Amino acid sequence: MQQDYTYAVARIRFRETRLLNDGDLLSLLSAKDTPSAIRLLRDKGWGDNNDVKDAEALLSLEEKKLWDFIGEIVTEQEVFDFLRVPSDFHNLKVAIKCVTRDEKPDGMLLYNAVCDPMELFDAVSNREYQRLPEYMQDCTREAMTALLQTSDGQLCDMIIDKACMEHVVTLGKQSDNEIIRLYCELFAASGDIKIAVRSAKTKKSHDFILRAMAECDSLDIEKLSAAAALDFDAIIAYLNLTDYKGAVEAIRTSMSAFEKWCDDYLTEVMRSQKWEPFGVGPIVAYILARENEMKAVRLILSAKVNNLSEETVKERLRSMYV
Amino acid sequence: MSAFFQNSGLFFALLGAAFATLMAGIGSAIGVGKAGVAASGVLAEEPSLFGKVLIFQLLPATQGIYGLLVGILILSNVGLIGGAKEITVLQGLLYFAASLPIAFCGLYSAIYQSKCAVAGIGTVAKKPDQFGKAILMPAMVETYAILALLISMLAIIGIAGM
Repeated sequence: MQQDYTYAVARIRFRETRLLNDGDLLSLLSAKDTPSAIRLLRDKGWGDNNDVKDAEALLSLEEKKLWDFIGEIVTEQEVFDFLRVPSDFHNLKVAIKCVTRDEKPDGMLLYNAVCDPMELFDAVSNREYQRLPEYMQDCTREAMTALLQTSDGQLCDMIIDKACMEHVVTLGKQSDNEIIRLYCELFAASGDIKIAVRSAKTKKSHDFILRAMAECDSLDIEKLSAAAALDFDAIIAYLNLTDYKGAVEAIRTSMSAFEKWCDDYLTEVMRSQKWEPFGVGPIVAYILARENEMKAVRLILSAKVNNLSEETVKERLRSMYV
Repeated sequence: MSAFFQNSGLFFALLGAAFATLMAGIGSAIGVGKAGVAASGVLAEEPSLFGKVLIFQLLPATQGIYGLLVGILILSNVGLIGGAKEITVLQGLLYFAASLPIAFCGLYSAIYQSKCAVAGIGTVAKKPDQFGKAILMPAMVETYAILALLISMLAIIGIAGM
């Protein structure tokens, strides 16, 4: 039976009023130092009853609060696998590298994942790949073999990243929600574009680039990889013919500008969910909005620590959902 | 068999009363339930909005009352409440036909009104000061339940005078 999200959406509707808006971010940016910025965030409901003073601890707490809240309002968590699966693949990279170097994964594992991180680490360290989810087994074998034979960490990462993108695309195709489909498509397409740009800069071969890219509907990876094997301008020329024409300026500027373009694009598409009373869309939009908010706060707080100018930060700030 | 049909006027009239009460009641139960779920969601976050969300939840309840009203009217006219009457097959079928507007319109308008009420509850959760405007939207759906009730009642009164 399909889950009814009416209760969850009603709770989300109220929580949306507490999201940070563009004005709140500017106030945060104008705070004289990190403690003042944290005080402002606490006034907005961030943190808990304990007086958290460390920015990273506050952000981790907010991430945990977000997923605890989602766990409370939605019983079938599988619908959000497309958001949590990248953490599993990150944990897989950590596990493979730690196992081959005979190290402990302390502090490197992400806990907001579909699989239990320690269970995953244990399966990899005992080479019991059948204990891993089916979509992870082949890439784990391939990445482990590649790392043991070549000691090339980049190749290992590439194999796992590709498997991650492919699985996210599959999850997107399985979903009947437009926002989830778009997010998954954009996840893979932006990954492919980043691979193309980086490969063009490091002069990688066509075969290597094609091997790293994941199939998606909005890009022809044959053409994109061929363009990346030529030069950066060929990538831009190809992208001008695709749905990502609007991102070309951002790609020319930098990869972080492109990431900002992706986040802003997604935020813009999600805005309609603010008034959608049914379905999983508003919940997904809220999660992405909160993730976006945390990215913005992390950027501002690290800018305070590193004494970056307000202008530099403003250029990188994402537009907010509310 | 023909004797059964000749004496089945009361049966058809009772079927009409049951149909009106049942269909409109089902619609209201679904509607109030759906709006109640959304109202509970908002209350979990902001208990002070109880009075406002309760009104939204109650909006789809009226169709069930309209169905009940039509049901009672039919029962009263055919003598099942307040004394026996002779009801012909034609009269029985007419009472059944008279129950159809509120039965179907009650069912569907309550379900659609609840969707509108859920959206209104979302609006009030975000902007409590917009309660007055938000309540108007689901109230519009009520118009069609009232129109159906009117036709059902006029038909029943008309049949009684035949």
